Amino acid sequence: MADTALSGVPHTINSIQTSYMAQVQRKRLYGGLTLLIFAMLMVSGFVVADDRNAGGFWEGLHQIGDYPADVLSEAWEKRAELPALVVKYFPALVETINIAAVSTLFGAAGGLVLSLLGTRGLAKWPRLIPLFRRISDVMRAVPEIVIALVLIFVLGGGPVPAMIAIAIHTAGALAKMFSEVAENADLKAIEGLASTGATWSQRMVLGVFPQVAPNYVSYALLRFEINIRASAILGFVGAGGLGYELRNAMAWGPGRFDEAAAIFILLFGTIVVFDQVSSRYRNRLTEGQGQ
Amino acid sequence: MLKITALTKRFGDKTAVDAANIHVEKPAMIGIIGRSGAGKSTLLRMLNCLSDASEGSINFDGEEITALKGAARREWQSRCAMIFQQFNLVPRMDVVSNVLHGTLNKRSTLATLFNLYPQSDIHKAIEILDRLGIAEQAPKRAEALSGGQQQRVAIARALMQDPKIILADEPIASLDPMNAQVVMQSLRTIHEEDGRMVIANLHTLDTARRYCDRVIGMRDGRIVFDGTPAQLTTGVARDIYGAGADFSEAATSTEIETLDRTAAETAYA
Repeated sequence: MADTALSGVPHTINSIQTSYMAQVQRKRLYGGLTLLIFAMLMVSGFVVADDRNAGGFWEGLHQIGDYPADVLSEAWEKRAELPALVVKYFPALVETINIAAVSTLFGAAGGLVLSLLGTRGLAKWPRLIPLFRRISDVMRAVPEIVIALVLIFVLGGGPVPAMIAIAIHTAGALAKMFSEVAENADLKAIEGLASTGATWSQRMVLGVFPQVAPNYVSYALLRFEINIRASAILGFVGAGGLGYELRNAMAWGPGRFDEAAAIFILLFGTIVVFDQVSSRYRNRLTEGQGQ
Repeated sequence: MLKITALTKRFGDKTAVDAANIHVEKPAMIGIIGRSGAGKSTLLRMLNCLSDASEGSINFDGEEITALKGAARREWQSRCAMIFQQFNLVPRMDVVSNVLHGTLNKRSTLATLFNLYPQSDIHKAIEILDRLGIAEQAPKRAEALSGGQQQRVAIARALMQDPKIILADEPIASLDPMNAQVVMQSLRTIHEEDGRMVIANLHTLDTARRYCDRVIGMRDGRIVFDGTPAQLTTGVARDIYGAGADFSEAATSTEIETLDRTAAETAYA
């Protein structure tokens, strides 16, 4: 056995080399052509975009730092007032985080149900999988800001429309991620539970959740980080919280740039803190399993 | 040639390798035996600089290996190929590309990122595969191969490095007896024909006895035996494995003949 495996077949090695070289040449040719087409598309796309741009990319490029410079210089002049402003806007920050937290909670719950109903092998009604998948597609296809604008029109401004808007988008986005995790779950445990006469809900909660929980929590935390940013942005369209204050400060123009700077500091600090906390926690969940 | 002095590795308060001393004068085929957790893998990983030593020195032809940093360290790694228990190939790349990874240290990063290897290297890779009897598998993806074939691809990658030393960490532990024999025989042939030093961690005694010129026994991080296979008596083996009087060599065997023998003995008894 060992001898046959180690002795070569002299007359075929050349043909193997030639055919492999041909394959390599072909791959290189295709790769080079793809790269060329890509580069040409990028260049031509840039030229078109630049032509259609009202201001012109190159003419505007040097002004890109003007606005931040204005904000920073004014904030620096009034730096003594910054701590007071940070304290003043802290309640708005809490509102923003609250919107994000509540909508993540509701969104994750909705996403969970949608994902289980839309996963092959787990769904309660296998025929309805496409329906639930399309529902979650629609939920994440519509941007939060569009839903929020409609809801603000109907319900009036405030945190509730923002919360609903973010929750809907979160449910759609998490349903997709959750169901990808659930697809890889081991079906043996579920079969075992089914053999004892367990209901669908019992099979899901007792058989699937223990397997997917670390990944689910990790995705939900990631979504929470994203939702903090989203809820700050929704403030711009009148949904309250930090974004609303930021829009007021920025719309005012020079004179209230110190307030804008204070809000930026709060927002930046919050996002950094939550990013750090949740990424540390997520790492623990995914790496430190079983400890 | 290779001189390991008081090499120690600690993980927290645990000592994985405890003051190991090994001198090798000329290229040999060396088997390291011991039960799992004895520090065999850690020792090999320190030799390849995959992990840093806590204390001690590794000296190869007058060069201090433990002191190497950056490019010099990577250059040493290319001269000291490693073969793993789980093959550690890139599963979605074809066999020849995997073998060509053996030249990564010599080629520019940019060229290798685009998979641009010189034709001579590609031909050499296929010749090495042919030597190991798997040239027909050249265009296939590594993941499509059987365990024994994948391990031979890993050996081909090691040979592509043209190394002075080949380190093999449990090269046959995931293979069936038939493939284990092919892989061990390949390593032996490489040692005999190319004159490369081969250091293999083995968990079975008879494999070490059959293929190695020199056997080193490790227990709880210490080297407790260093000698020829002939000096490795059952008593010594019991010491190395920390086993009782019921220990027999056949219990650790993966060889077909031994299994047959054991089966026959059991049937006879």
